[in-house]
Amino acid sequence: MKIVVCIKQVPDTKGGVKFNPDGTLDRGAMLTIMNPDDKAGLEAALRLKDKYDAEVTVVTMGLPKAEEVLREAIAMGADKGVLVTDRVLGGADTWATSQTLAGAIRNLEYDLIITGRQAIDGDTAQVGPQISEHLGIPVISYAQKIEIEGDSVIVERQFDDRYHVLKAKMPCLITALAELNEPRYMTPGGIFDAYNAEITVWGRANLVNVEDSNLGLKGSPTQIAKASDKVRKGAGEKVNLDAAESVDYIIDKLKVKHVI
Amino acid sequence: MDFMLSKQHEMARTLFKEFAEKEVKPLAQEVDETEVFPRGTVEKMAKAGFLGIPVPKEYGGQGCDPLTYAMCVEELSKVCGTTGVIVSAHTSLCCDPIMTYGTEEQKQKYLVPLAKGEKLGAFGLTEPGAGTDAQGQQTKAVLEGDEWVLNGSKIFITNGKEADVYVIFAVTGVVTDKKGRSKKLISAFIVEKGTPGFTFGTKEKKMGIRGSSTYELIFTDCRIPKENLLGQEGKGFGIAMHTLDGGRIGIAAQALGLAEGALDRTVEYVKERKQFGRAIGAFQNTQFQLADMATKVQAAQLLVYKAAMAKATQKVYSIEAATAKLYAAEVAMEVTTKAVQLHGGYGYIREYDVERMMRDAKITEIYEGTSEVQRMVISGALLK
Repeated sequence: MKIVVCIKQVPDTKGGVKFNPDGTLDRGAMLTIMNPDDKAGLEAALRLKDKYDAEVTVVTMGLPKAEEVLREAIAMGADKGVLVTDRVLGGADTWATSQTLAGAIRNLEYDLIITGRQAIDGDTAQVGPQISEHLGIPVISYAQKIEIEGDSVIVERQFDDRYHVLKAKMPCLITALAELNEPRYMTPGGIFDAYNAEITVWGRANLVNVEDSNLGLKGSPTQIAKASDKVRKGAGEKVNLDAAESVDYIIDKLKVKHVI
Repeated sequence: MDFMLSKQHEMARTLFKEFAEKEVKPLAQEVDETEVFPRGTVEKMAKAGFLGIPVPKEYGGQGCDPLTYAMCVEELSKVCGTTGVIVSAHTSLCCDPIMTYGTEEQKQKYLVPLAKGEKLGAFGLTEPGAGTDAQGQQTKAVLEGDEWVLNGSKIFITNGKEADVYVIFAVTGVVTDKKGRSKKLISAFIVEKGTPGFTFGTKEKKMGIRGSSTYELIFTDCRIPKENLLGQEGKGFGIAMHTLDGGRIGIAAQALGLAEGALDRTVEYVKERKQFGRAIGAFQNTQFQLADMATKVQAAQLLVYKAAMAKATQKVYSIEAATAKLYAAEVAMEVTTKAVQLHGGYGYIREYDVERMMRDAKITEIYEGTSEVQRMVISGALLK
């Protein structure tokens, strides 16, 4: 069984956020981690590897330094790593990103693709489902449990106050929630092995069935109007009233501000 | 000479730090208060491969270098001195001698489960009458047919009652030298917990590393197979000394971690604590003390890493190990004491980590060779 896992290197919020002049993130200048939803997806793939002897390939799109997150994945137990990096791919929104990743994945054999539900920097949750559309395969998102049954997957999909159980034939794509599992730690030996492993590096030229007009900042339908760090607000107004009085007070304030 | 850590070592540090913050730190205070051995943490460390870091892969270990191992003990000790010493004693004092002196059979039988963390290791040299004077051993081992029979006791044994495999030293003979002086011949043995005649005595109540299981081991006609002799008969003292050289690097890493942890806490505290209308970190007295502490911690780190590198590349590294242990332990004591002082009254309160770190630091100047012993080793080499 062959599993492809898409992972993303994202800023570690502990380190502070830095922006380029065009509003995109200056990723090279920030502390980074593996996106938590993706890590859960990777752990899910590794558990399937433990159970069914699957081969796990991790794919990431990013700056050359995104290679670190592939090494981390291999140190956890992934078999192969692919880095998709190219100047022309930079500044991509979810459309261009999913086009890029689909273009890369078309080079690989897979029964299952697992992506994280969403990345903590973009928070859109679009890329996983978009990839499945580009590749013409079914997608089950918000997975909180994954099982294999013959040539199909059976997935519990998280919903508001319940979950759905869906079955899909492979090849298909699943997006994983951070709550899906408790990811394993890397092992010290695994780290040194990971740095000895060969990472496949692909650029624009390796992408299959993708047009230039769909790549990079230029190929992104979403344009960033403005980006800034969180503005610290003042302490606000503090009032001590009983419950009934508080409700009246709040309603008055909301009316004054034309919220209601 | 490259002072920069490789990407692999940096990533290893990230791993150890993450594990320490997530799994070890939340329990540190409770482990200290209740004096309960953190068995759950040991199991998690086993799963992550932390109990066999420098053991070769073919024996179930991670196949990493001594530096990676030292960094693991360092990061664990930054948040919990107890957890650091558990790993150090198990790895340096039990896995290492079996790796260095064991037969292939002994390695397969004992080293593999130890490195995988399926079993925990310990080292029994110290006796009531034999601390710094290790030659003052009284525990005896006599060969009777196919068995060695052990009689005697060991005290202050780390991982005491929690371990499964013990490297034990005992007197197996006496020789007379040319001057007519008699000298004991000491040998090393591998003893399994549960062997009839092997029991436990007092659990020690300690000042610090209170979660560490420190016990007296008692051997009463304890019979072990002939095959459990470790290394050559009569060469046990050399085995003990060589093993302690490696152990000193582990303890130096523990001391380093305690000092770093205390310094980090103190830096955070002095930024927040306000007196006379400003943070106490604004006072130059505080700043200069922190600068001195940070400089000593840096120096200690370099000595510890150098000793670890020496172990990787040299056959003999006694001096490097002694130097690192001597300095790191004294820095740990000094830095943790200053940390308590800079916390003022709060530094004396058990909710604040620094008081535990100060209590934990003291033992690093004593065990695996007191600071006095380290000075003997270093000056001995200088004056040869």
